[in-house]
Amino acid sequence: MTPFTYSQPGDSTNAVVLGSKQEAKYLGGGTNLVDLMRETLERPAILVDVTGLSSVIEERENGSVLIGAATRNTAVAEHRSIRALYPLLSRAILAGASGQIRNMATVGGNVLQRTRCTYFYDSEGSRCNKRSPGQGCDAMDGFNRIHAILGASSSCVATHPSDMCVALAALDAVVHLRGAHGERMLPFTDLHRLPEDHPEIETRLEPGELITAIELPALPLAVRSTYRKVRDRASYSFALISVAAALELHDNGIVKDVRLALGGVAHKPWRAWKAEAALRGQPATEQNFQSAAMAELSEARPLRDNGFKIELAKRTMTAVLMELMEARA
Amino acid sequence: MQFVLNGKLTDADFDTRTSLLDLVRDHLGLTGSKKGCNQGACGACTILVDGERILSCLALAVQYQGRSITTIEGLASDGALHPLQQAFIEHDGFQCGYCTPGQICSAIGMAQEVKRGLPSNVTHNLLGETIDLSPDELRERMSGNLCRCGAYNGIVAAITEVYGEAAK
Repeated sequence: MTPFTYSQPGDSTNAVVLGSKQEAKYLGGGTNLVDLMRETLERPAILVDVTGLSSVIEERENGSVLIGAATRNTAVAEHRSIRALYPLLSRAILAGASGQIRNMATVGGNVLQRTRCTYFYDSEGSRCNKRSPGQGCDAMDGFNRIHAILGASSSCVATHPSDMCVALAALDAVVHLRGAHGERMLPFTDLHRLPEDHPEIETRLEPGELITAIELPALPLAVRSTYRKVRDRASYSFALISVAAALELHDNGIVKDVRLALGGVAHKPWRAWKAEAALRGQPATEQNFQSAAMAELSEARPLRDNGFKIELAKRTMTAVLMELMEARA
Repeated sequence: MQFVLNGKLTDADFDTRTSLLDLVRDHLGLTGSKKGCNQGACGACTILVDGERILSCLALAVQYQGRSITTIEGLASDGALHPLQQAFIEHDGFQCGYCTPGQICSAIGMAQEVKRGLPSNVTHNLLGETIDLSPDELRERMSGNLCRCGAYNGIVAAITEVYGEAAK
């Protein structure tokens, strides 16, 4: 680990002043950043500890819920209103990592965690455009069972590892930011980038910009929602495929509204806009769920080892929608 | 910098790069907490901070100033083992013992989570008031602690004996 100075500012304004300096990084629970620093994949000279900033979950008059970025993952999953109004978010968080890690990890840190692509981590033995831009990508023709099937580029096939973020993508969440030039908001689905030619640039954050909160808009259909994660072992493992979904039906069985997002498939949490569009106004049937899933996956591009993810994503989306439909009956 | 370590106010001076695990092991001489993977994958370094279980290998010690830290050395009282330590002995909850301090600290933190009604990935009803610490719940909640000897059956039996009923 390279040496760094440490500070713990008392408010977000001071945090941004410190965090806007060259080679500064914001520090949450450290569950990803400390590991990356130990591997010298991250080498900040200044660490700005933002765990003392807002960790409040505020239910607002307009029906939205504002989650301070320093809130621990456990606290979000445990919150009574989150469990009642946005069960997919509680379930997604509880599907991720371990009890110990969820107690440490913050919401902001979870959002900004980096890929678990093994070639990204292997700085001594592998080429990686994310780690060393322009170097090449050894995952492309390597062992790429865990890699992306959607939205990848010729420079990067890494996936975003978060479970929580898949739920946030489905929920139309809004990211509250503070930077050197003041505050702004960004739709959560616009926060992370696809790799294109610059996989080293993972978000649309400006240098020094700080996530201060995540806002969940009022979304009544989320009361009937869930998260399903498919992985190599029953617990404490990253997703091969995950699905966050919410479903609302008319009395006659027609889909009134739906939210769908996928994890384990792309460089960012993947909102399944095409599948949602294909389902709205259609009868809620297994066949229509399958067709919608296939519409979403029509542009999926398998690598050598991960073609199974296309079928697995289709089956998981269908199964989750069936589960939500049957839970209503 | 000051901490409350196993109930005692403790001073320490260290580089900002020091993990909480290295602080307690190398600076303060408490070697019960173990360094398995040093990357958050095995749980051998699990300790309690203000009663909550965390991975001390991924924790920068500077972030924990003034907090109350409990390691395996702080569990016995007046020479009597903590009930869970005793149960691990009685149920053969270990073979080599390397993961044991982390297993025990993790289980103590886990029991508090169950008591206050925190659901898990296998909890069917997210809105239930109480959690039944079934074997499935226990295994899911302890999945962050690996045992390469495979003493899981003994570990589950020991934790169930101490917390299986108390959690209800």
